[in-house]
Amino acid sequence: MYDFDYDRPGTIQDAVASLKAEEAIAFSGGQTLMPTMKQRLAMPSKVVSLMGIEEMKGVRLEGSEVWIGGATTHATVQRELAESYPAMASLAGRIGDPSVRSRGTIGGSVANNDPSACYPAGTLASRGVIVTDRREVPADEFFQGMFMTALEEGEIVTAVKMQVPERAHYAKFIQPASRFPLTAVFVAKFADGVRVAVTGASEMGVFRWHEAEEALSSSFDAGAVEALATPDGTDMISDLHGSGAYRAHLVKVMTKRAVAAA
Amino acid sequence: MPKDGGIGTSPKRREDIRFLSGTGRYTDDINLHGQAHAVFVRSDVAHGRLNGIDTEAAAAMPGVIRVFTARDFEGCGGVPCGWQITSRDGSVMQEPKHPILAEGKVRHVGDPIAVVVAETLAQARDAAEAVMPDIEELPAVVDMKAAVAEGSEKVHDDLTSNLCYDWGLVEDNREAVDRAIKDAAHVTTLELVNNRMVANPMEPRVAVGDYAAHSDESTLYTTSQNPHVIRLLMGAFVLNIPEHKLRVVAPDVGGGFGTKIFHYAEEAFCTFAARALKRPVKWTSTRSEAFMSDAHGRDHVTKIELALDAENNFTALRTETYANMGAYLSTFAPSVPTWLHGTLMAGNYKTPLVYVNVKAVFTNTVPVDAYRGAGRPEATYQLERIVDKAARELGVSPIELRRQNFITEFPYQTPVAVEYDTGDYHATMDKLLEITDHAGFEARAEESKRNGKLRGFGIAHYIEACGIAPSNLVGQLGARAGLYESATVRVNATGSLSVMTGSHSHGQGHETTFAQVVAEMIGIDADQIDIVHGDTARTPMGMGTYGSRSIAVGGSAVVRAAEKVINKAKKIAAHLMEASEGDIELKDGQFTVAGTDKSVAWGDVTLAAYVPHNYPLEEIEPGLEETAFYDPANFTYPSGGYGCEVEVDPETGHVEVLGFAAADDFGNVVNPMIVEGQVHGGLAQGIGQALWENCVYDADGQLLSASYMDYAMPRSTDLPMFKVDHSCVTPCTHNPLGVKGCGEAGAIGSPPAVVNAVLDALNRGGHAVDHIDMPLSPARVWAAMEAARANMGAAQPAARAQETAGGRSVGTP
Ligand SMILES: Cc1cc2nc3c(=O)[nH]c(=O)nc-3n(C[C@H](O)[C@H](O)[C@H](O)COP(=O)(O)OP(=O)(O)OC[C@H]3O[C@@H](n4cnc5c(N)ncnc54)[C@H](O)[C@@H]3O)c2cc1C
Repeated sequence: MYDFDYDRPGTIQDAVASLKAEEAIAFSGGQTLMPTMKQRLAMPSKVVSLMGIEEMKGVRLEGSEVWIGGATTHATVQRELAESYPAMASLAGRIGDPSVRSRGTIGGSVANNDPSACYPAGTLASRGVIVTDRREVPADEFFQGMFMTALEEGEIVTAVKMQVPERAHYAKFIQPASRFPLTAVFVAKFADGVRVAVTGASEMGVFRWHEAEEALSSSFDAGAVEALATPDGTDMISDLHGSGAYRAHLVKVMTKRAVAAA
Repeated sequence: MPKDGGIGTSPKRREDIRFLSGTGRYTDDINLHGQAHAVFVRSDVAHGRLNGIDTEAAAAMPGVIRVFTARDFEGCGGVPCGWQITSRDGSVMQEPKHPILAEGKVRHVGDPIAVVVAETLAQARDAAEAVMPDIEELPAVVDMKAAVAEGSEKVHDDLTSNLCYDWGLVEDNREAVDRAIKDAAHVTTLELVNNRMVANPMEPRVAVGDYAAHSDESTLYTTSQNPHVIRLLMGAFVLNIPEHKLRVVAPDVGGGFGTKIFHYAEEAFCTFAARALKRPVKWTSTRSEAFMSDAHGRDHVTKIELALDAENNFTALRTETYANMGAYLSTFAPSVPTWLHGTLMAGNYKTPLVYVNVKAVFTNTVPVDAYRGAGRPEATYQLERIVDKAARELGVSPIELRRQNFITEFPYQTPVAVEYDTGDYHATMDKLLEITDHAGFEARAEESKRNGKLRGFGIAHYIEACGIAPSNLVGQLGARAGLYESATVRVNATGSLSVMTGSHSHGQGHETTFAQVVAEMIGIDADQIDIVHGDTARTPMGMGTYGSRSIAVGGSAVVRAAEKVINKAKKIAAHLMEASEGDIELKDGQFTVAGTDKSVAWGDVTLAAYVPHNYPLEEIEPGLEETAFYDPANFTYPSGGYGCEVEVDPETGHVEVLGFAAADDFGNVVNPMIVEGQVHGGLAQGIGQALWENCVYDADGQLLSASYMDYAMPRSTDLPMFKVDHSCVTPCTHNPLGVKGCGEAGAIGSPPAVVNAVLDALNRGGHAVDHIDMPLSPARVWAAMEAARANMGAAQPAARAQETAGGRSVGTP
């Protein structure tokens, strides 16, 4: 690790101000950032921890919408949504291991937008909206490709809002080493339509499988997915854990399983 | 004798108290006064010409004491190799220099180029980034077959080619084998890869060098499985420090699995730098460094052919293996694919003719050497896969085909140089089928089918050679060392004992088992016995721990030394009781005179030895301490039957191990609980190799699986509860305890059992797949099913000849 200054502001306002410093970086659970810094792959001049900001923590249910503070840990989401949004609680409960879940945050996860992260799929499928210190961005516009988001320099994810669907399930097929998704699919059925969000598969990061959404909107059952052609594997990730073709195949299988379990 | 602590009982591991309570003293816990910290600058390219190194900026950075490069080691030797192999044509292997720091060229990602020594670790790290090597990249040599083709780029410019050796066993059988294969009623052929492994001990390597100017003595604290071997290799061949001025200490070491046998450049560096700087120098490997600097394991590509007659008797076996040596020859690397592999190719079978050919190849990868099982897993994997494949081709039961060809008479001289002393393979097979509930398999398979899954059962039967080894024999085979073991039993005046052994424990539990042996012999409590290991200053000599040799060789040395002590103690007891020595018996810590009620206690005798007031001083010396060196008469031959039950998800290719059973014959067992634990660990590693672990390089020689993000380690939740049995016992005939060794069996027997089980599941499910290379990741299993579907049941691509020995262990997802 290189030397850095450390700040732990208590409000969003102070955090935004603190992040104006040159090469300053936001720090939440550190589950992504810490290993990066330890390997000297990042050299921030200043680390601004968001974990002291109470207004960024907690889970609230407001009608059919959930509000999750950006600095809320996976463990808290797992616990708090167990009744009201079990599919999302289950997603949170399958991230990493207990130590990762008790530190990692939803804000860090969506801001990082790892192409194999779980929350981007859950958020996109749940018609999520990313709340920042300055605006609200629909998930559809927020996730812009591998590790790319709509966030501007110094902008903080303060909360994530989601619509609670009628039925939902997250089908995660793990990569054997990292246990991140090799391919995972979040299916969410609302009264007026279905969303199918896929992570781990595409070179473009998280995406919605529109053909499946359409088919499932008219008939919400696994058979409707079975009838679809396997998505094109050309732009899918190909690495030592699986080819693009394999991932494309998994998209279909995991979608089917998510529907069956929803 | 307290029967809760002697041979055959399972007292808890006494060393675990300190390991589990944080009071162990691992190498990284050792911090010496005034110590400086070393950070290695390593190559980030696989192959390149090193035109220069600019160290000026680094040397000027805060806290930097000195920056070392190859130039500092001009008066030193390279890292030596401990085994010389002779090729089929009678020439000796090509043995390139392995410098401490890169000279003129870098040859693998991770090859050390320079070292910064600074006051603090952070300062050393900062300065290491400022060292600027000037590297002109060269094409990487990765693919083994391409490496030995005409005109290949050479890893070592001064060698004639990348071929280290071309070895045959037994050369005189070659033509007869060829003929038998030509004349056979049936020949089964298979091409397979034994995937490259990273050992991943929990504790990364550490070296702390120290120098005492007043006595001109050097001390190295290191994570080693054999400190005496390091002292010999490093002192005599690298640094020119005589053994009496060099002490090597391997304290609590957090796992080795083979990779801590070898002498490494970092050890020599820290010892050298401590002398040069007159202060202690410490290096602790990071996990990332471990991936690219600890010797890797396996990485063989093999073509194997099995010939059978019309009655399905095995008539001949022929193999051709390409074995990856990596960029340099690690300490025992040449022996692994040859004498530790070829000699096991008869397996449990009475195949009359066997010929093994091995071509060892240099590539721009991390050196490859022994990893749990070392050569024997590679042999077992080939054999147990080809036998299964033959059974499928012939439409016979793989169990019956094995049984029909089992060796049943012992001693048995194999056609590949070794002689098995004992064994009963039918017994372990019977036991295996019993504990796996083989009879209930079909019903379980039906149940899986109803759940949309494919269930399969696979077996493997192994033989291994442990307890390496008769020194005169290995000398003929090219070892540059003897392979005996030593022990000193020091009895203290009050009757407690310190037992110094040359075996090293880095998790095996010697402090418990060796104490059990001595406690049984004398009949005292094990608490009275301390097992001392891991320090060249305390044990006379030691060849160390590997090849499941500790109890068989080290334990035998302890027995011999204890016998000497007991014999002398009996003389003293005879004197004290005024009886004849021949009438003295030792039982439960009491010396008695046969046929009388006279007795003296163990403690009375030991006290007399050190306070010799009433003592036969004309006949024997005072004191009670004896040393023995034990050189085994033969290897030991543990064997066993392993069974694996899996379920394959036909949609995703995911394999779940539902059951795993091991029926081993380890000869006599000292501590059944520890033996069971050793088998568990071996199984986890073997199943890990079969399903998950894979060290992968790309075509440029970049290490793709360089962290746990990509290198998949087995976890407890991936594994079922194991069923482990060692009730089949044919004691070893040539060592005093009748023991055989159990440390590696799990890793040797399990990979083929897993692969056979998966293939059984696929074939039962209608997928005509006859082989998949390890690891059987979901992606590979799915691809194999897809290919089988596309080919309408023809052999899947992995078995096609043109894609075989070409280094398929690298690069392919
Ligand atoms: C062993 C292990 C296993 C894991 N497995 C999974 C898994 O299965 N699935 C999965 O999805 N993830 C997994 N993760 C990742 C984990 O969920 C991380 O916690 C998450 O990706 C990042 O969250 P964090 O709070 O730790 O962010 P940090 O590491 O603190 O930050 C990550 C990045 O986001 C930025 N950032 C952080 N918070 C904010 C914010 N509020 N606003 C703007 N920018 C911000 C930081 O500047 C940094 O660039 C795993 C991690 C580990 C170590």
